[in-house]
Amino acid sequence: MSTNIRSSIHTLKQHLIYLGTVVEEGIKNSIKAVRTFDPILAAQVQAADAQVNALEVDVEEDCLKILALHSPVASDLRFVVTALKMNRELERIGDLAVKVADKVILLDTVKKHEINPDAITVPADFEPMFITTLSMFSQLLDAFVNEDADLAYRILIQDDEVDTAKRNIRKQLDEIGKNDPKQQVYHTLLLSVARGLERIADHTTNSAEDIIYMLQGRIVRHEHHLL
Amino acid sequence: MNTARQAIIAIDDPIVQVKDLSLFYGQSQALFNLNFDIPRKQVTALIGPSGCGKSTFIRCINRMNDLIDGLHTTGSIALDGQDIFDRSVDVIDLRRRVGMVFQKSNPFPKSIYENVIFGMRIGGVNEKPVLDETVEKSLRRAALWDEVKDRLHQSAMGLSGGQMQRLCIARAIAVSPEIVLMDEPCSALDPKSTAHIEELIRDLNGEYTIIIVTHNMQQASRISDYTAFLYEGELIEYGLTKKVFTVPVKRATEDYITGRFG
Repeated sequence: MSTNIRSSIHTLKQHLIYLGTVVEEGIKNSIKAVRTFDPILAAQVQAADAQVNALEVDVEEDCLKILALHSPVASDLRFVVTALKMNRELERIGDLAVKVADKVILLDTVKKHEINPDAITVPADFEPMFITTLSMFSQLLDAFVNEDADLAYRILIQDDEVDTAKRNIRKQLDEIGKNDPKQQVYHTLLLSVARGLERIADHTTNSAEDIIYMLQGRIVRHEHHLL
Repeated sequence: MNTARQAIIAIDDPIVQVKDLSLFYGQSQALFNLNFDIPRKQVTALIGPSGCGKSTFIRCINRMNDLIDGLHTTGSIALDGQDIFDRSVDVIDLRRRVGMVFQKSNPFPKSIYENVIFGMRIGGVNEKPVLDETVEKSLRRAALWDEVKDRLHQSAMGLSGGQMQRLCIARAIAVSPEIVLMDEPCSALDPKSTAHIEELIRDLNGEYTIIIVTHNMQQASRISDYTAFLYEGELIEYGLTKKVFTVPVKRATEDYITGRFG
């Protein structure tokens, strides 16, 4: 039985890492699609979501099987519970990457009806937001693979940077809209992109908290201010 | 930060206090300097691989080990502050206060009724109303009353394995002990009877102090409030069951309960 649970947990870990890399690809491509206003790349992100959904189901089945057949305890239990929770978070992150990609396609539609299609002024804070959000997610996968609690803690801190960037983007959009009212037609979409990325960072943070629980048995969810 | 948790926790209201307890079978040492307290009216489980000293330890608490030649102990076990190894302790009285249920149910070849009141008869109680009341109360507490109330005077040997074990529990609690020791009480029972006994143990919690030895880790996690992990005669970890089974402090505990060894 003990060899069995080891190999089941190993398989579960591999599946979850694979799901993570597929989701990471989705975030990367949706960000790239925003940067370059590329509706074709955005459509690819939409199409990849089916794979994310299928992998999520596989991981959940792995977890349920281990719970039912092996009654895991201690670090095994914490691992399976963490996998179950991270699985959900990763699937949501995948959905959000698709939502961001949706906005690129909508922007493209709007642009075609406007007189001056290339005149969109993009707020400066998008760039740091792209970089931090993507980097947080890459660190999340590293923290999971290498069982690195310190790295997981560092992810929690970066969430504030993304939140700040989103607030700045909102202000900058207001400013641009005042100076050039024609631009306002894009602003709901750009704001949705910012909100999508901010929520990706939130779910990444949740998963980092789950990893800390997995490694240290400590529930840090509501005590960021104490860290 | 709770990562600095202690491997052996302190207990607020202990009924049993174990101090520097070592035990030797002749030259070979079976228990090494145990130090811990057992909480009153709660369930404490002892887990660990075969031969780690679990049964040896609980048999100290009612001095069952006195019967073994060449065995000696050092250190002390205090029951409500009094050292049970003290010369002044009446062993018969100690065993009334500390009852025991064994791995294999061992009803006497007598009627169900006589089994339950066996201890009271030895204690000189013979008034029928008192005995009747004790029989009903004990059998009800042991969740056996409804199944046997119409055949109290039939032989206990006709009961099923699970019923016999519950009868032994009824017999143990009939003399109102403070502590009930259980040495793998479910290991010979099928899952349904096991569930019955486990439910009973949860039910007796709060009324008696129960100390149970079990090889079944799921059982320990289901029924106990506190868990002690013994390995090669040493107490490795002792704490709240919910902590020991989710975030054990010691690597050895982790390895044992997750099945990496043992």
